[in-house]
Amino acid sequence: MPLGNLLGFVETNTMTLWGRYFCFAIAAIGIDLIWGYTGVLSMTQAFFFCLGAYGIGMYMTLSNLPEGHQLPAFMEWNQVTELPTFWAPFSSFPLAFILSLLVPALFSLIFGFFVFRSRIQGVYFAIITQALALAMFLLFSRNETMLGGTNGLTDFKYLLGFDLRETSTKLGLYFLSFIVLCLIYIYSSFLTKSKFGKGLVAIRDSESRMRFTGYGVSAYKITIFMIGSVIAAIGGMLYLPQTGIITPGRMDVQASIEMIVWVALGGRGNLKGAVLGAIVVNLLYSIFTSILPGGWLYVLGGLFVITVLYLDKGMIGLFQQIQAYIKTFFASDKNNKEAEDVENEVINVSA
Amino acid sequence: MLSVKNLSVAFGGVQALKLDQFDLKENELRVVIGPNGAGKSTFMDIICGKTKPDEGSILFKGEELIGMSEVKITEMGVGRKFQKPTVFTGLSVFDNMLLGLKVKKDIISTFFYKTKKEHLDKIHEIALKVGLQDDLDKIAGSLSHGKKQWLEIAIVLLQDPELMLIDEPAAGMSDSEAEKTGNLLCELSNSHSVIVIEHDMKFVEQIAIDQVSVLVRGSILTQGTFQEVKNDQQVIDCYLGAPDSAQAQRSA
Repeated sequence: MPLGNLLGFVETNTMTLWGRYFCFAIAAIGIDLIWGYTGVLSMTQAFFFCLGAYGIGMYMTLSNLPEGHQLPAFMEWNQVTELPTFWAPFSSFPLAFILSLLVPALFSLIFGFFVFRSRIQGVYFAIITQALALAMFLLFSRNETMLGGTNGLTDFKYLLGFDLRETSTKLGLYFLSFIVLCLIYIYSSFLTKSKFGKGLVAIRDSESRMRFTGYGVSAYKITIFMIGSVIAAIGGMLYLPQTGIITPGRMDVQASIEMIVWVALGGRGNLKGAVLGAIVVNLLYSIFTSILPGGWLYVLGGLFVITVLYLDKGMIGLFQQIQAYIKTFFASDKNNKEAEDVENEVINVSA
Repeated sequence: MLSVKNLSVAFGGVQALKLDQFDLKENELRVVIGPNGAGKSTFMDIICGKTKPDEGSILFKGEELIGMSEVKITEMGVGRKFQKPTVFTGLSVFDNMLLGLKVKKDIISTFFYKTKKEHLDKIHEIALKVGLQDDLDKIAGSLSHGKKQWLEIAIVLLQDPELMLIDEPAAGMSDSEAEKTGNLLCELSNSHSVIVIEHDMKFVEQIAIDQVSVLVRGSILTQGTFQEVKNDQQVIDCYLGAPDSAQAQRSA
């Protein structure tokens, strides 16, 4: 595809679109680790995605201030005269970068500590995280939070001196997203193959057996919740410069549920499935919202129903089934042939 | 080894367990029998930390278990096998056993864990012992009910426990499987203290090489050898029923 772009077949906008899909795929890997492997359904991953995006967004807001202005426009409208203290570190890129990772890490650590230590499980955990997502959405929507309210953060032209409208910058971000996606995929597959990863699956299968085998289950859950949340934040950090805007709308409850749908459709408990699901669903979204604007939710709902009813392991499971079917088909073909050969021999002998 | 005193627990006002005294010697195999709802499983749940008792004391190797976390109790050397076979169905039999292995189980250690030869040897040794040596690559969820029971025993055994709490190991097993399980339990009691809960009197007869305790309505009714218990009038009245209906109990 990058080659196609250089040759002029693929539009740069399409590349940026795919760059965004990669960011979603990154977040989907995080969800798969938490939900697919460990069996903990977190409905607040879009919030962590947005924490990453807001972190970079705050840096970009401060570095893109129009000349002669000390404050972002939305603060001036709200009669704020001084930059709030929590904005101050975001004027430096390294600090903003670290904070974009550290804030979601600490948030998930503290939240996970209290929730998992009190052994809140299953549906109760899902509901609590959903409540968290809603609370955070409301908090970020308020003007008093000083994060741009419902309008969010936008109006960026430069990132680290690169002009975001330039094709080369767009391509660069596309490649960066792709490389980060690959790195996170490799890291996660290493993680799931380690004994730690097997422990996660064991927690999903039987938490009490795991506890009575001598494992501190809560610590494992907190850790993977943290890892998944930081991964979501990384996706958000890459997403922002490619979209140019972040609003609380990205972190509402629906956004988190959509992320879970990607993983469910792609195939949970399988990293390839998560990536595939995120990309396919978002690709379909782009296609359907342009040809059939009103119908998208029906398509998504329909896909989800089909997956739940027929595709227990998602799209990736379907591929594996087809693959296995082809294999046995050829294998049985070979067996038939051998049987025929034997028959022929028998006939020859008897003749 | 294990000394339980004045243990009591009530669920919603119903007295589930009221044990005055229960002692277990080293390398003893104790069978606990009793009717449904007698508090047998609750008793095990309390020892391994799953249920908190209202009062009482459990001394294991001289240390008080009540108040300790499940993980700590497991580390102390108490292994628990549940009534319903509970294994990690999504993992291979080998991985199930690998997780059971007595090595450091904190996050950092498992993250950087490398399989060592002595660990492999240990897993193969235990697999041979429980008869799963040919199933190591299979997914645990695909095993038969009996093999799942053995796998769970293997997971517990790999923790190298000193006290094993085994809840109805032969439930749902065929006669030959049950006999094999019985032999395994008797063999284990050479090097472990074992408490077994069981319903099936034929199976109890096989494994009752030491003492049998009869638990009725949360208290120990009597204790003795299998023959003593079997012929005890109180036990017959409360649990076993008349000799001819004991036959029915066996086949049930």
